[in-house]
Amino acid sequence: MKTLFDKIWDAHVVTHIDDGPDQLYIDRHYCHEVTSPQAFAGLRERGLKVFRPGRTYCSPDHNIPTHDQDKPIADPVSRKAVDTLRENAEANGLTHYGLGHPLNGIIHVIGPEQGLTLPGYTIVCGDSHTSTHGAVGAVAFGIGTSEVEMVLASQCILQPKPRTMRITVNGKLRPGVSAKDLALYIIARLGTDGATGYFVEYAGEAVRSLSMEGRMTLCNMSIEMGARGGMVGPDATTIEYIRGRANAPEGEAFEEAARRWLALATADGARFDREVEFDAADIGVRVTYGTNPGMGIDVGATIPEPKNESDAKVLEYMQFTPGTPIAGTKVDYVFLGSCTNGRIEDFREFARVVKGRRRHPDVTAWLVPGSRAVMQQIVDEGIDVELVRAGFELRQPGCSACLAMNDDKIPAGKLCVSTSNRNFEGRQGPGARTVLASPATAAAAAVTGVITNHLTI
Amino acid sequence: MARPKFGTIISRCVPLPIENIDTDQIIPARFLKSTTREGFGQNLFRDWRYDADGNLRPDFALNDPRYGGCILVAGKNFGCGSSREHAAWAIADYGFRVVISTFFADIHRNNELNSFVLPVVVSEVFLAELFDSIDADPAVEVRVDLPSQTVTNLTTGRSEKFEINSYKKQCLMEGLDDIEYLMAHREDIEQYENGNKL
Repeated sequence: MKTLFDKIWDAHVVTHIDDGPDQLYIDRHYCHEVTSPQAFAGLRERGLKVFRPGRTYCSPDHNIPTHDQDKPIADPVSRKAVDTLRENAEANGLTHYGLGHPLNGIIHVIGPEQGLTLPGYTIVCGDSHTSTHGAVGAVAFGIGTSEVEMVLASQCILQPKPRTMRITVNGKLRPGVSAKDLALYIIARLGTDGATGYFVEYAGEAVRSLSMEGRMTLCNMSIEMGARGGMVGPDATTIEYIRGRANAPEGEAFEEAARRWLALATADGARFDREVEFDAADIGVRVTYGTNPGMGIDVGATIPEPKNESDAKVLEYMQFTPGTPIAGTKVDYVFLGSCTNGRIEDFREFARVVKGRRRHPDVTAWLVPGSRAVMQQIVDEGIDVELVRAGFELRQPGCSACLAMNDDKIPAGKLCVSTSNRNFEGRQGPGARTVLASPATAAAAAVTGVITNHLTI
Repeated sequence: MARPKFGTIISRCVPLPIENIDTDQIIPARFLKSTTREGFGQNLFRDWRYDADGNLRPDFALNDPRYGGCILVAGKNFGCGSSREHAAWAIADYGFRVVISTFFADIHRNNELNSFVLPVVVSEVFLAELFDSIDADPAVEVRVDLPSQTVTNLTTGRSEKFEINSYKKQCLMEGLDDIEYLMAHREDIEQYENGNKL
């Protein structure tokens, strides 16, 4: 009687080191330009080539501009990072979706979208939000650059086996409450270190009812409570999402794979090291007010009193006054995008709330699709036309203002309602103030100019 | 990257009594563009060390001449957030060899070990007392002995055993990294691939 996690992990152990880590085989390895160059350099210094080139896929995403992608990148340091990824991919025979390629995008958006992310896989990337891929029922987690080098050299990493935690969310989510609200609620309840050392499986009716995109949002944020990764057991929703995707098996091979994937589900009676349960009815529309993703409240609530000196400093940075409602706070910027909320469903939701309204003149809005394919779908569905009519401009895909490595920086002191994953000090630019929220809440902020419950407009 | 062999370290400390120090604070994203491992130390805690005009903030511990040494002491949940190993490289490049906290984020902890920086997990009592000791006398020294896995506050004499698996301990003591292990197991990997069912 094994858990989903144990079934996948145990099937990938090549060797075990006594009083040490497991040697874990990696099915799929994703690379972006920030955390891989030193790994490729290390490989060269050791005189090694990539061991299994067919298992690594590369896409530049962090440094790329979100406009004029047909032109050379203006920042020479960013350009060099992006060029280095291309050179490393070419030298080692790796698939590379470079800037301008029809499949380019945020690596965590394109993996599932292209059917490269499959149930039962072990998946790693030098990026903490690799947990996103767990949504299909894979063991997916972020690694450091030394570990990237291990995967390139041997298709394995050495990794201590994490403990397991199941988070069950019972009942149905209330209308207007999204996967992002659910994630922000769980993180606020458990704290930013509440799941450190654990691999989380999300379960329960509220999770089962989520679309694959929603499950990706939820799994994506697992790292924000310290979890090694997050996952959802494969079910009919998973199978239908994968069916027909570019790199997925076809025909009878797909049906056989689907049977195998469904059998991965956690067995009844399987034991987790920790179990946590929540009631979906308790969860409202959420926003953050502080400088870590655990500092979150209902959009209708007031800014909590600081519990200590460090809380007080956070509120000072955020320019929030304890006891005042967060709704009504003036918003300068809105960012829709990132590996958390840059998928087609997120753009549909944003457009739905915006419909019949216009961008508030004081709000600068950056709408950044997670991938070229998402961008194409936005155009195909006519969402771009609706958004442009409402005074918005669609940018080109990339990580963008989630971590502001390109020019998309929120100016110091300005407040941004962001669908991304981190509200750390300076994350969106030095001195920037970030309020994390769902696409619907971001849309409500964009049209009203203040933090607003999207259900009330 | 330099691979110092670990034995016993006796050093003064730099105190950062702040919880949940994320890797965006340790090294902000805008300094991650370099394609080499060197030079990240100059931007360690960049936005806490320098103001917007690039002037040193005198009240930050790294800029306070009373503190020094190769041991960084930080509040719980050190290194949460991004997986960027640049954070561990910045810590190592600045000259730290040990980080003491009550709790480390998983990915960052692995990154420190792989960058030959030793993360030492101590009890809340040990950490609180150490911060008090440093507060009373910034010259207080701490001894970190990897072979016996003990950490000692040399002012109060409080000593604790810390956890590290025997594999990683051996790597740090002998300056070995994981790739050497993996390369020696290529045959096991190929054998595994031949029998892989998933």
